[in-house]
Amino acid sequence: MPLDLFSVGDPIADTKAPTDVPIGERWSERQFRGRLVNPANRRKLTIIVVGTGLAGGSAAATLGEAGYKVKSFWYQDSPRRAHSVAAQGGINAAKNYRNDGDSVHRLFYDTVKGGDFRARENNVHRLAEVSVNIIDQCVAQGVPFAREYGGLLDNRSFGGTQVSRTFYARGQTGQQLLYGAYQALERQIAAGNVEQNARTEMLDLIIVDGRARGIVARDLVTGEISTHFADAVVIASGGYSNVFYLSTNAKGSNTTAIWRAHKRGAYFANPCYTQIHPTCIPVKGDYQSKLTLMSESLRNDGRVWVPKERGDTRDPREIPESERDYYLERIYPSFGNLVPRDIASRQAKNVCDEGRGVGPGGLGVYLDFAEAIERMGRPAVEAKYGNLFDMYAQITGEDPYATPMRIYPAVHYTMGGLWVDYDLQSTIPGMFVIGEANFSDHGANRLGASALMQGLADGYFVLPSTISSYLADGPFEKVDESHPAAVEAMQGVQEQVQKLLSINGTRTPASFHREVGQLMWDYCGMERTDEGLRKAIDRIQEIRKEFWSNLKVTGDWHSFNQTLEHAGRVADFIELAELMCIDALHRRESCGGHFRAESQTPEGEALRDDENFAYVAAWEWTPEGQPPVLHKEDLVYEYVHLAQRSYK
Amino acid sequence: MTASMQSSVGNPADEKLGMNLTLRIWRQKDPSVKGKMVTYKVTDISPDMSFLEMLDVLNEQLIMQGDDPVAFDHDCREGICGMCGLMINGQAHGPQQTTTCQLHMRSFKDGDSIDIEPWRASPFPVIKDLAVDRRAFDRIIQAGGYISVPTGTAPEAHATPVPKADADAAFDAATCIGCGACVAACPNASSMLFTAAKVTHLGLLPQGQPERDDRVVNMVAQQDREGFGGCTNIGECSAACPKGISMETISRLNHDLLGALRAGARPKS
Repeated sequence: MPLDLFSVGDPIADTKAPTDVPIGERWSERQFRGRLVNPANRRKLTIIVVGTGLAGGSAAATLGEAGYKVKSFWYQDSPRRAHSVAAQGGINAAKNYRNDGDSVHRLFYDTVKGGDFRARENNVHRLAEVSVNIIDQCVAQGVPFAREYGGLLDNRSFGGTQVSRTFYARGQTGQQLLYGAYQALERQIAAGNVEQNARTEMLDLIIVDGRARGIVARDLVTGEISTHFADAVVIASGGYSNVFYLSTNAKGSNTTAIWRAHKRGAYFANPCYTQIHPTCIPVKGDYQSKLTLMSESLRNDGRVWVPKERGDTRDPREIPESERDYYLERIYPSFGNLVPRDIASRQAKNVCDEGRGVGPGGLGVYLDFAEAIERMGRPAVEAKYGNLFDMYAQITGEDPYATPMRIYPAVHYTMGGLWVDYDLQSTIPGMFVIGEANFSDHGANRLGASALMQGLADGYFVLPSTISSYLADGPFEKVDESHPAAVEAMQGVQEQVQKLLSINGTRTPASFHREVGQLMWDYCGMERTDEGLRKAIDRIQEIRKEFWSNLKVTGDWHSFNQTLEHAGRVADFIELAELMCIDALHRRESCGGHFRAESQTPEGEALRDDENFAYVAAWEWTPEGQPPVLHKEDLVYEYVHLAQRSYK
Repeated sequence: MTASMQSSVGNPADEKLGMNLTLRIWRQKDPSVKGKMVTYKVTDISPDMSFLEMLDVLNEQLIMQGDDPVAFDHDCREGICGMCGLMINGQAHGPQQTTTCQLHMRSFKDGDSIDIEPWRASPFPVIKDLAVDRRAFDRIIQAGGYISVPTGTAPEAHATPVPKADADAAFDAATCIGCGACVAACPNASSMLFTAAKVTHLGLLPQGQPERDDRVVNMVAQQDREGFGGCTNIGECSAACPKGISMETISRLNHDLLGALRAGARPKS
C-alpha cells in the first residue's frame, strides 16, 4: 500500500463498555456506572440536536421530556419530512411473539453474523436488548402497526432471518414510526422544552477548549449564517448514500454535518461500507434524479429470476419455466430469495454481467409474483403488497400484477459513519452521533428492518442515558459568538459560501454531483478492485480541482438559494468520495457490502480476512495536502465465533 | 396574470425523441414582492421523466444561462415525505391523485401548455417561486396531535389488544403526509382534512382515548387561529389527497368535536 494515500496512527479503543461483566449485563452496568444529572440541573444544560429523523427526532423529544433545553435543527420545512419517513419494510424486535425461537441473543447473533463480523458485539447486544422497549414505546404513542384479528401485533420474516420478528405498518413503517417521534417532538416544542430551527443547515462545528460547544448554521430561507451554542452537540443527520448521486435517499440527504465535524477532528469509521439494496426500480434515463426502493419484503413471496440464455428479449411471460434461472433459489437453497441484501445485490450484478440482465441496458432482473398470485390469490397479494405494486406501476407505467417487475440494486444505506464509543460519543468530547450518521451497529452489512431499530434505540434509549455522564460535568463555561473559536468557524463558513458563488464557471453543482456519483458507482460500488479504486482516486482529485475552479452557482447567499445549498453539499461529497475509495482500497478483503474482487472464494463468495482486517478503520482528517491517518480499533468476538457466512 | 418574459431552453439535438412543452411558472423573488407567471419552453422531455425531473432539466438550463432557477420544494421523490406540492393546471399535484414527485410526464402530451403555481392559501405564505411555508401544520400538531407518553413509561405492547378493523382504519388516516394539497384544493383553504386525519388516527386507538376531547378542541382552535377557512364539506380535499384520506375523517372530527364541547372541553387559550 503506497504511503502517499494514507498513514497509520495509534490504535483506538472503545473504553466505555464494561467488559468485566457478561455481555447481557453490560448495558445496565454502564447505565449504573454512568453519572446522572439531577432533574433540577437539567434545565441549566443545553443540547443541540441536528436532524429530526428517527434518531434525532426521538432524541430531541426524549431529552426535552427529561428536562434538558434542546435546540433542534432540520433542513426541511417540517421535522416530519426526515428521510426515515421513506423506510418501508419494518422494524425488528426480539419479542418472540411468534414462539419461533427468537430471543435477544438470537437477534444479537443474527446481527453480528449479518454484519459479517465487522460490528462491535457490545453495541449490537445492547441494540437487541433495547429493541423490545421500542415496540412498547411506539405502540403507546399510537403507531398503527399491523395487527392480527385477535387484536395482537402481526410479525413477518424479513431479509436474512429465519424467525418472524419484524413489526410493520403496511409498507410505510418508517413513516408511522417517524410520525410517532415527530408528534412527541412537537409536544416538547409546544411545552417550550425544544427550540425549533426549521430549514436550517449545520455548516460547521464549534469547539471550545476541546469540547463541542456549538454549531454554525445557515437559515436556508433568509440565508443568514449564525452561531448556536450548547453544552453538547448531537448529530443525527443520517447517511451519505447520495455520494453516489443516484441512491434511494431523499434529494436533500447529505454528508455535510458529519463531514464538517470530521474535518474538525471526529474520526470517520468504515466509510466504504455501503449497502446496495437489491430491490430497486431500475434506472430509466440520463435525467434520473433518484432511485426508488421497493421493500425487500417483496422477496418473501416474489421469485427472482433471469432467462437462462443471454440476450433473451422475449416477453417474460412467454419464457417457459425450463428456460428461467431462479438463481437465488439455485445457489442458496436454504435461504433462497431471502438471502441478505449484499448477496442478493451481487448475484444480480453477476447475472447482468453475464449478459442475462433484462430491460433497458440489460441492467435488471425479474421479480415475479405469478406464483404468489396463483397460490394466495390476487386479493391477498394486494392486501400485502398493494402500495408497492402501485408505486411500481406509477413509476414505470407497467402493471406488476400482469407482468414481472424489473428490479436492480441501488445504493440505499451507509453502515459507515462517524466513529463513536459505547456511549455514542465521537472522538470530539461533547459531540455525540446517533442513527445512520454513526458507524456503530451494523458492521459491514445491515440486516433488513434494523435501521429503524437502531435509529430509535439510539434516540429514545441509549443517547438520553449515556449523555448524562458527560453532562454531569456541565454546565460548561458560557460561550457566545464573540469567542475566537466561534468567530473563526463563522468566518470559514462565510468564506466558503462566498467562494462557491464567486467562481462563476461553466458547470452546475448537479453536473459535478452526477460525475462523482457515477465514478463511485463504477469503482466503489458493488465490486471494487485495486486498479479501479486507484483510478477513481485520481479522477476524484481532478474533479475536486475542477469543482473549485469551474463551478457555476447563480444568485446570492442572503436569500433562498437551492443551487448554493446543493453546491456546498457536493463539495463535501467529493471529499468524502476520496476517503471512501482510500478506505475501500486499504481493506483488501471482502466483507458484507464491501466486495473486493481480489478476495473471493472459488465459488465467487466474499472472502473475509479476519487475520488482517478484523478491525474498525477510523480515519482522521489531516490538513490540506496531507494524507488521512488510519486508526484501528480491534474487534473482539467473545460470544459469536468468527465464521464464514453461509446462506446455502 | 400574463406571460411577461419568454425564454427557451432544452436540448435541440434530440428534439424528435421527446415532448416539447410550454410552461407558465409562478415566479416570486420573495414574500415582499409581487409574483407573476413567466413562460418557458422545454424541449425533448421524455414521457418517463417525473414532473420534478422535468423541472430539474429546466433549472439546469436556467443556471447555465445565468438565470435564477425556479425554487420548488421536494425531498424524497418517492411520494412519502410530503415536501413537494405544486398546483399544476389548477389542480393540486396535477391531473393524477398522487404527489407531484410521482406524477410522470406520460400524463402530458407533446405541445401541451402547463401552468405551475404554488399552493395558494394565506396560512401558507410563499417563500420563493413555488416554495411555501407550511409550518402552520406543525402548529396544529403541537396543539394536540399526539399521545402524551414520555419515553420509558410505556406498558408492554400486547397489554392492550386493538381490534384489527380499528388498527387498519387508524392506519388509513395516519398515512396523511402533511403535504397541504387539501388546503390548496379547498375553495375555503380549509385544513380540515389534515386535522381530521390526525384526530381520527389517534381517536380510533385505545391509547388515544384519554386526550381525545382536548385534542380535537385544541387542534380545531389552532387551525382557526392560523387563518385556515371553514369546512363546508365540498370534498375537493379528499379528491386531491395523494394518500386518499377519506371525508369520513371529517365526519368523525365533527362528531368528536360536538361530543367534546358537550362534555365541557374548551380550547387552551
